[in-house]
Amino acid sequence: MAKTIIDKIWDRHIVVGEPGKPDLLYIDLHLLHEVTSPQAFEGLRLNGRKVRRPDLCFATMDHNVPTVNRKVIKDPIARKQIRTLAENCEEFGVPLADVDHPDQGIVHVIGPELGLTQPGKTIVCGDSHTSTHGAFGALAFGIGTSEVEHVLSTQTLWQSRPKTLEIRIDGEIAPGVAAKDIILAIIAKFGTDMGTGHIVEYTGEAIRKLSMEERMTICNMSIEAGARAGLISPDETTVEYLRGRKYAPQGEAFEKAAEDWLSLASDEGAEYDKSVSIHSDEIEPFITWGTNPGMGDGISGHVPYASDFENELERDSFLRAIEYMGLEEGQKFTDIEIQHVFIGSCTNARLSDLREAARVIEGKKVRDGVRAIVVPGSRTVKKQAEEQGLDKVFTEAGFEWRESGCSMCLAMNDDVVPAGERCASTSNRNFEGRQGTGARTHLMSPAMAAAAAVNGRFTDVREEFAVHA
Amino acid sequence: MKPINEVTSVLTPLDRSNVDTDQIISKEFLKRIERTGFGKYLFYHWRFDAEGNKRDGFVLNDPRFDGSEILVARENFGCGSSREHAPWAILDYGFRVVISPSYADIFYNNCMKNGILPIRLPEEEVEELLAKGKAEPVSLAVNLAEQTVTQPDGTVHRFDIDPYWKEMLLNGWDEIALTFKYEDQITKYEEVMQRA
Repeated sequence: MAKTIIDKIWDRHIVVGEPGKPDLLYIDLHLLHEVTSPQAFEGLRLNGRKVRRPDLCFATMDHNVPTVNRKVIKDPIARKQIRTLAENCEEFGVPLADVDHPDQGIVHVIGPELGLTQPGKTIVCGDSHTSTHGAFGALAFGIGTSEVEHVLSTQTLWQSRPKTLEIRIDGEIAPGVAAKDIILAIIAKFGTDMGTGHIVEYTGEAIRKLSMEERMTICNMSIEAGARAGLISPDETTVEYLRGRKYAPQGEAFEKAAEDWLSLASDEGAEYDKSVSIHSDEIEPFITWGTNPGMGDGISGHVPYASDFENELERDSFLRAIEYMGLEEGQKFTDIEIQHVFIGSCTNARLSDLREAARVIEGKKVRDGVRAIVVPGSRTVKKQAEEQGLDKVFTEAGFEWRESGCSMCLAMNDDVVPAGERCASTSNRNFEGRQGTGARTHLMSPAMAAAAAVNGRFTDVREEFAVHA
Repeated sequence: MKPINEVTSVLTPLDRSNVDTDQIISKEFLKRIERTGFGKYLFYHWRFDAEGNKRDGFVLNDPRFDGSEILVARENFGCGSSREHAPWAILDYGFRVVISPSYADIFYNNCMKNGILPIRLPEEEVEELLAKGKAEPVSLAVNLAEQTVTQPDGTVHRFDIDPYWKEMLLNGWDEIALTFKYEDQITKYEEVMQRA
């Protein structure tokens, strides 16, 4: 019978499958960071338990780390959290790329970069954007701290088989449209809870033409559509990305692994519990205007009117959102001015993202009154960007060039947007207060954020910047 | 974790949809390395203004709902981040039961691991509870074993829950200790997969 990649991976990982109970699934890779792990390690200590397979764990520090001066963590509680991770990794034998390590970076950037992320693996992390790794055809999902402790102790998790949801992207993606625009358009069209209880597979010709980094941007935001995991069947693009990576199989073992990886792709005619599609004609450069990722539209549009909402509850949510965002009904997106630009996060801080932004700003200047920062996704990304001279392009335009970390995506460190100010951000969440108490976040692609930096307001990158000419 | 079966308490009507985990517990409070002490930060920016004064009109600041153990909200509750600090804050504040038409998956699981009962009821029933609970304090009787929520007038709402999780919650079991009973199977799986 034709099977989806989701069922193929699931079936391979069942340790115990008893009727009337969730399956006990084996976990191949457990990624850890400083914010959601301390209580899990403490639980092990209290119960006298050890880490079953430290060799299948990999830890780094990303959420709290400073992006300016690495040596000084001013906040004593953040400092303690970072030190605690180092001590826990030492005590339990877990491999760690700490703040000074050349492999350090956002956990969802370094997993793929190091070749730890591979097709067919079950991957978990105490972070909802673990869905990123699904780009490789891995079953990857975020877990809470109790589940982190469970995986550390047993290398398994009890999981009920979720439903499958196919999201097909039809047609050719137009020039000037980014992967970020595709996923924002999907969430705006189908809503922030369409994926609840499901694992998503993204399909269609448009997906096959995307690079691995673009696929990661799409899978990353599956959780913003409510799906714990979103994945893409592996193909030659996947295999070539992994060839030669530090922790990928090498030589003959790689060829053997690649053959297995390709066999995992969903079979022709495999059935999903639900299938939806979006046509590329519906997708233009996108921005969000509200306080959840589903509140967005194409850049040529405007803030909705209250009269657009027939449902009273939706109208109330809309009014609350635009009040928080300081916007007027019907306001054209290209008339909205910004004070901050953030290019970074596990969604859009890989080398190709920085390159796209750099193409837009090359030879131009950040508008007076706008503070713009670039935070590379990892130390490796930073190094590669510097080798290509991208840091110069950014700094000459007036951007700040920072050290890697989660930074202003969730503003746990010092990178905060002040109350009432507006930020063009390449991150993944525009919730109230996400980038700072009272901060107003608009999500968009790196090219769109760069164009906003130059003009000091939202701009259709296709009109004023011939980036894809 | 603490077992849970019967909870009788006034309900707190939180009339909002898509309540995300950033609102439940804001990022500046995630730096603690303990599981406790998060209750005072629950819905912090909805409860308090920039000066730390209570905001009028937010339901948790309404003394009629003091001591409530049942939180009722609209659909897609707990969306966003995987932070277990969200259920820790809810529990530490004093809630044992949440009622909503739907939950984000990770949040739902996180509740189960902490002895919080997340009940799913149809939208119109949640609507009714919110309307009544906003008009005047309404006491609900929740019974997990029976899978019921009962209003003072005797109206009974039935809810579904996975039998596996029901048993865990009723008994307050340590899931890791239970999984250790399958250690031989885990070891065998590891041996087989290495050979493959």
